[in-house]
Amino acid sequence: MKPRKPKSQGLAYKRLPRRALVLGGLQAAFIGGLAARMRFMQVEQADQYRLLAEENRINIRLIPPKRGQIYDRNGQIIGQNSPSYRIVVVPEDAGDLDKVIGKLSELIPLNGDEIERARTEIRRSAPFLPVTLADQVTWEDISKVAVNAPALPGVTPEVGLTRQYPRYEDFAHVVGYVGPVSDYDLSQIEDPEPVLRIPRFQIGKVGLEAKQETSLRGKAGAKRVEVNATGRVMRELDRREGQAGSDLQLSVDADLQQYAQARLEGESAAAVVIDCETGDIRAISSAPSFDPNLFVRGISVADYRALTQDKYRPLANKTVQGTYPPGSTFKMITAMAALEAGVIGPSNTVYCPGHLKVGSRRFHCWKRGGHGTVDLQLSLKRSCDVYYYDVALRTGIDKISDMARIFGLGVKHDIPMSAVAAGLAPNQEWKQRVHGQDWLVGDTANASIGQGFMLASPLQLAVMTARIATGRAVSPRLVRSVNGIEQPSGAGEPLDVNPYNLEQVRKAMFTVSNDRRGTAYRSRIIADDFRMAGKTGTSQVRNITKAERAAGVIRNADLPWERRDHALFVSFAPYDNPKYAVAVVVEHGGGGSTAAAPVARDIMLQALYDGTPPLEAYPVADRERIKEQQKKLEGDRRPKARPDEKDRA
Amino acid sequence: MSYLEYAVKSTPSGFRKFLYMNWPLTLLLISAASAGFLMLYSVAGGSWMPWAEPQMERFGLGLAVMFIVALVPIWFWRNMSVLAYIISILLLVYVELFGTVGMGAQRWIDLKFMRLQPSELMKVTLVMLLAAYYDWLPSHKTSKPLWVTIPVLLILIPTFMVLRQPDLGTSILLLAAGGGLMFLAGVHWAYFAAVIAAGIGLVSAVFNSRGTDWQLLKDYQFRRIDTFLDPSTDPLGAGYHITQSKIALGSGGWNGRGFMQGTQSRLNFLPEKHTDFIFTTLAEEFGFVGGITLLLLYGLILVFCMVTALSTKDRFSSLVTLGIALNFFLFFAVNMSMVMGLAPVVGVPLPMVSYGGSAMLVLMAAFGIVQSAHIHRPR
Repeated sequence: MKPRKPKSQGLAYKRLPRRALVLGGLQAAFIGGLAARMRFMQVEQADQYRLLAEENRINIRLIPPKRGQIYDRNGQIIGQNSPSYRIVVVPEDAGDLDKVIGKLSELIPLNGDEIERARTEIRRSAPFLPVTLADQVTWEDISKVAVNAPALPGVTPEVGLTRQYPRYEDFAHVVGYVGPVSDYDLSQIEDPEPVLRIPRFQIGKVGLEAKQETSLRGKAGAKRVEVNATGRVMRELDRREGQAGSDLQLSVDADLQQYAQARLEGESAAAVVIDCETGDIRAISSAPSFDPNLFVRGISVADYRALTQDKYRPLANKTVQGTYPPGSTFKMITAMAALEAGVIGPSNTVYCPGHLKVGSRRFHCWKRGGHGTVDLQLSLKRSCDVYYYDVALRTGIDKISDMARIFGLGVKHDIPMSAVAAGLAPNQEWKQRVHGQDWLVGDTANASIGQGFMLASPLQLAVMTARIATGRAVSPRLVRSVNGIEQPSGAGEPLDVNPYNLEQVRKAMFTVSNDRRGTAYRSRIIADDFRMAGKTGTSQVRNITKAERAAGVIRNADLPWERRDHALFVSFAPYDNPKYAVAVVVEHGGGGSTAAAPVARDIMLQALYDGTPPLEAYPVADRERIKEQQKKLEGDRRPKARPDEKDRA
Repeated sequence: MSYLEYAVKSTPSGFRKFLYMNWPLTLLLISAASAGFLMLYSVAGGSWMPWAEPQMERFGLGLAVMFIVALVPIWFWRNMSVLAYIISILLLVYVELFGTVGMGAQRWIDLKFMRLQPSELMKVTLVMLLAAYYDWLPSHKTSKPLWVTIPVLLILIPTFMVLRQPDLGTSILLLAAGGGLMFLAGVHWAYFAAVIAAGIGLVSAVFNSRGTDWQLLKDYQFRRIDTFLDPSTDPLGAGYHITQSKIALGSGGWNGRGFMQGTQSRLNFLPEKHTDFIFTTLAEEFGFVGGITLLLLYGLILVFCMVTALSTKDRFSSLVTLGIALNFFLFFAVNMSMVMGLAPVVGVPLPMVSYGGSAMLVLMAAFGIVQSAHIHRPR
């Protein structure tokens, strides 16, 4: 190595310490700057950054609330949460996903569509999030998967809660059904609760489930979890339990409902039983019905098409949604309007020659020959039409319409079911407003016998009957208690009518089903304590042309089903201390006395005896037939759990 | 007394050399590295693997290298400067042609047991060469244009080669370290003023070139500058790193979230938490107190380098020590500015703390030269 002279002389060397100090000073200043910046961020802005860090790591996860259960008035379960099994896979644990799915499909039947959906979901979501491969899996299949767990990495059976309706068809129209929240549902709700965004969260779609959604749903709980940058949950920090939905107890008696449903089977019909004292709906059945469980699971296209194409319209709830011309069952209202207006007295008479000429048009009585001299009682008993044409024309439509409203027709009753119809009790103003035409006397004549514009639902007819029976403004009550808290009764205030007049109408109704010449005499109850008063109705769905009349009115049985008359019957019993009011409508059933009255009588007896009535309650001549019928209906009553459902449990 | 005679007589020999080392500097380096082990242990979720243990092994190796380099007389290193520079240039050429591509840049030579980044080596050898140059250059020539041009070229050659890799961060560091050394050597102020003016011109040219055919920077480099200027424009994309880093740092508060309690790093919100962003983890878990402590440690390392530089009468020793200290300073200053959101994300590790082999080894070798200068200083 070459020795050298230390370069200790000269300007440049002297400059070194100076420049070193300058540079050192700059460095020190920069370090000071860094320290100041650090202080600013970590001391002054620390809280702000701490908050951001917490927002990063803490995620709120909702805990879906347990949906409230639905019971009948005796505590029988109608809508429950039952465990449902599904098979999920965690993609990152599965390794070779195709192999695992292949193996799984050897064990249990897998739905191709569902697998396709699962694959799309797997591609989109984080690998540690479970994806459902099969839903609504039977217990047997779950066991198979559990036994073969070692060969199926990442696959686990999971249990969740799903809605189940153990009464199947019986309550489909009352309770409705639930289903997963759809985008459409979300768009309908303003500011939807976050819980609705939980995948597969079930909400009420139709019926009570939808109408009482808020109380059935409950409040979602929440847990705070710590997540990492990819969203994986690391641990649970704390949780706040939600509030389970309220249990609802219906006023409906499930056994009576089941009976009514079975009794209506084979017809397109509706029946409503109301407790006259409280307004409790004891039974409200619409036939035919459907299995709501199909909808919970997601109904198949074929099943759905079968339901929509059935001419008996199983999906329509005929009890509240269906409106029918009330026909002769409306005559009590016309009578009350006339009596209250003082147009007639109970004993005043009208002569019925078989028709009444109103203006230029002839209005016929159903009985061609006429009823002769008719008073109030006879008019109802024999259902004379001319009597009502006459008194209605004297009373005027507006008063009749008002009276209809007093008795709950043309008024929308507040009951938590879907598509509750208001019916129609027209008056002059209505026709002017809606049709832009003057009200004609002929319209009054039609309305007086519950035809023409007049429309009422079976529920409204039952309410009307209960009001006639009690003289109070009974209003229907479907939900008896919410979480054990009794709901206000529907007993109502006394009606603003003369009780004497109402008494006369009731008396007349008694003769309908107890007087030998009454239209519903054959469907009477002979048990002394349970005498029934009622009124038949047959409402036309077609106009009888002059030509037809000339040729002789065609019998209903000869007409195509769609054009036959609706059969109606309203009744209450026991006569002297009314307990229940029943309304039955059989669509296109023919005459009210033959198609509707026996059904109403049977349901009434079932309600009065709170079970199968003794044969002694029936007229002697009918007992053999009734015995057969009872036996058949007993047999028809379905078992509580179906065989195909049992292996799901 | 000739220099050789003087030097040989006044410098310790044999094992006595250890006694004359700059021990405070050694201890400070060990402390800084230990802070690194602790943080690597923490970011691995309380595990020595996969980072802390290899890092300790490398640091052990680095210490050994430092001691070996320290024991060799400083004038040997002075004489090796040109060779070292040429080797570094050749290695840069090698990576240009055959280097391993990683993270979108061609930077490494795979030596099986470690990956060597020639650009890291270049930082030290450039400083050595410039120190040797000014040691050799008679001082009255220092500011003559010709003699200024030569070191400028010596700086620009490796700078452009590194820029081509592309590694903007390192090339800026090379430029800054070289310029700093020229400043220390006493080059006239006017040159620096001219360069700064030219630099401002260049920056505006760079920005104006954006989107044109003669674009001077890669798109990702422009984007980094954009997100640096306003990270909120892209909080989940390119700005994510800066945003998350600032959150982690700020949320540390006065005394931190506690060892291994940093949520940002533990839950992976922090990118590159074991390398470039390790300071953020430290600041998150030990807070302002921890951050300031490390900054103080770094400051002391600079101070003790300064002590060595000013206590020697040998010009090469002084220059090379100050140059290495400057390099070290630039390392942590750029890194910290970056994680605090004061500078764009350029990918400069935190010296002695970040996980990474070649940077640590080169740095320890460089400190070996500082130690050698300290031991062999003419007294």
